[in-house]
Amino acid sequence: MRWKTAELTGWGRVLTGKAELARPEKPAALSQILKKSPAPAIGAQRSYGDAAVNGNGRAIDMTRLDRFISFDPETGILHAEAGCSITDMLDTFAPQGWMPAVMPGTGFATLGGCIAHDVHGKNHHKAGTFGQHVVAVDLMGADGSTKTITPESDPALFKATIGGLGQTGAIVSAKIKMIPCSSRLIQVDERRAANLVEFMEMLKASNATYCVGWIDGTANGQSLGRGILEEAELTSSNMAPKRRKPRKVPFNAPKFALSPPTVRLFNRMYFNRIPKQGRGVLRSLKDFFFPLDKIHDWNKLYGKRGFHQFQCVLPDETAERTLRDMLRLIADAGLASPLAVLKRTGAGRAGLLSFPMEGFTLALDFPNSEKSRALVAQLNALAAEAGGRIYFAKDSLATAAQARQMYPELAEWQKTVEAADPEGAFKTDLIRRLKLRTPA
Amino acid sequence: MSQTWIILGAGSAMGRAFARKAATQGAHLVLAARDQDDLDRTAADCLARGAASAAAVLFDVRKPESFAPIYDAAKANDGIINTAVFVGSMAPQDDVDADPNVGDLTIQDSFTGPVNFLHGLAPIMEARKGGTVLGIGSVAGDRGRIGNYIYGAAKAGFHTYLSGLRNRLNRSGGHVVTVKPGFVDTAMTWGIEGMFLVASPEQIAQDLWTAHEKRKNTLYTPFFWRYIMAIIKSIPEPIFKKLSV
Ligand SMILES: Cc1cc2nc3c(=O)[nH]c(=O)nc-3n(C[C@H](O)[C@H](O)[C@H](O)COP(=O)(O)OP(=O)(O)OC[C@H]3O[C@@H](n4cnc5c(N)ncnc54)[C@H](O)[C@@H]3O)c2cc1C
Repeated sequence: MRWKTAELTGWGRVLTGKAELARPEKPAALSQILKKSPAPAIGAQRSYGDAAVNGNGRAIDMTRLDRFISFDPETGILHAEAGCSITDMLDTFAPQGWMPAVMPGTGFATLGGCIAHDVHGKNHHKAGTFGQHVVAVDLMGADGSTKTITPESDPALFKATIGGLGQTGAIVSAKIKMIPCSSRLIQVDERRAANLVEFMEMLKASNATYCVGWIDGTANGQSLGRGILEEAELTSSNMAPKRRKPRKVPFNAPKFALSPPTVRLFNRMYFNRIPKQGRGVLRSLKDFFFPLDKIHDWNKLYGKRGFHQFQCVLPDETAERTLRDMLRLIADAGLASPLAVLKRTGAGRAGLLSFPMEGFTLALDFPNSEKSRALVAQLNALAAEAGGRIYFAKDSLATAAQARQMYPELAEWQKTVEAADPEGAFKTDLIRRLKLRTPA
Repeated sequence: MSQTWIILGAGSAMGRAFARKAATQGAHLVLAARDQDDLDRTAADCLARGAASAAAVLFDVRKPESFAPIYDAAKANDGIINTAVFVGSMAPQDDVDADPNVGDLTIQDSFTGPVNFLHGLAPIMEARKGGTVLGIGSVAGDRGRIGNYIYGAAKAGFHTYLSGLRNRLNRSGGHVVTVKPGFVDTAMTWGIEGMFLVASPEQIAQDLWTAHEKRKNTLYTPFFWRYIMAIIKSIPEPIFKKLSV
């Protein structure tokens, strides 16, 4: 296998690293590679920070291992190679009446990446995380041998692998249980929320299958925390969805594109676009689940400097107070981009390092600058203080101490990981930056 | 009615991508390559994506006895039989220079092997009155260059064969597309320096399907290679012989 020298880049384009990359097209080739030169597996590199970066090291690109191995239309169980993308699953199986039970906000994410971060979707409060629908994982160790693990056969290793950041080995393929998909269209109801309290109450009261909120990170004072609640249900309509052709951002955007006045103006328009009494619209599944995928390489909109995504989850007890503090800091700083999400989360999680907890999750993008790094550091500290967590799939600025505080099961995870990968062959930049494999 | 597609070299990235394309069109597939386990998996993948059927048949272009089972698998389906030929090998010119046997193998894999296969298939296609052959040649076959002229010569020979076969199959309603891909992002080109304007296998597969539907004679894919090669072909030999492009 030839190795290609490549620049690995987090989706936020701030954390990068030069690495040698292999890209096997068959499981047997992957096994050969691991035997000779074990290295972390990476997917579509849609993590924002450094989860899929291994600077000055090697990595294995899994995206060419992307075949569906079997599908049982009775049970909805799909066995697929780890490089399969979520979009590919949706495109192939939605017409057959099935879809992944959990889908992150980008369809480019791979099966392996979704398992390794135990991702959540717009239905987390009802369906839990991706890992809760994983029936079995075919895990390849540094010796190139594959073992199929299930929650029953290897409970400890399974819990360390789901959300395990690739540290227990390469996920070659996995079985997931999909859910019925009655239609290729989804009915979306949009309502305004005038401020944070109202927004949180609406989110709590919502009984919709899919529920997500857009939050205006520039609003302050009376309107602090205002936003738009989106509740959605699959329809039984058989109309074929319309979808516009994807566009591509061809170059780094100039700085003024996301300057504070532009963002304030945009957010005001975006908010006012929804009539006071709310409105209902019919969308294609992909438009609803992966709204940003229509613009390829949208991360270039932030220009060369890149951006940071801050995502935290806060427990119910502290959520309102902490969100208020956070949103004040954010609005005062005037640094937020229009991409901001407030969502309710349930208790569901399948791994020791899974992100979600019962409460609320807030996610925002900030163009990279000294000021925004200081702001995110403050937000990280607030999340830690509130007993919340930062999401490893997004983080680029947390500290090792915060990670320990936020993930109490880290030590238990480390025990299993050290047994599975004693040489530390699967470490990535994220692992080293947050010292996730260093005993406390 | 669903047509049949034989995919020779279905284990390659391009072969796999084209098999998927044909699968989404509801074709019957006969997938042929050297690795049975891997073929079985590609067959399952194609079925999930909509193929009417998918047979996985072991095939080695250096073993003519492996051809008949593929013909038989295709004949088992009714209707038109099409073929896409993705086999070929490109040994580094240095290896060929060091050992002439290596050059023989390149010629066998990229020229005489596929020709023998197609020659056995032609009467079967004729009997079914139609069908397309997508023959994957190479821009390397357009002009001999110091870097890989054994491979280039093999592909040039294959191009000439394809043009003759086009002439022949045309009489029974069949068609042949001579395909000349530029650089494609596959395991063959992965990590090789000096690659530019690299196309994805999916992009090539889409182009191949369109060329099949439109009955194109020669397809450069991506299209701009037609112009790149026009320039390379137009360089006068007295100058060209001194270049190392
Ligand atoms: C626009 C956008 C929206 C998003 N929305 C959400 C969301 O709503 N919810 C959410 O939870 N996340 C979300 N994410 C984050 C994204 O879902 C995760 O980062 C996911 O892990 C990306 O998958 P990937 O294939 O790109 O993995 P990568 O980023 O390439 O890798 C992520 C991690 O998985 C490991 N890994 C990947 N493949 C394998 C494998 N085969 N075997 C072992 N380890 C492997 C890597 O080592 C790395 O640690 C979003 C990201 C973007 C860009």
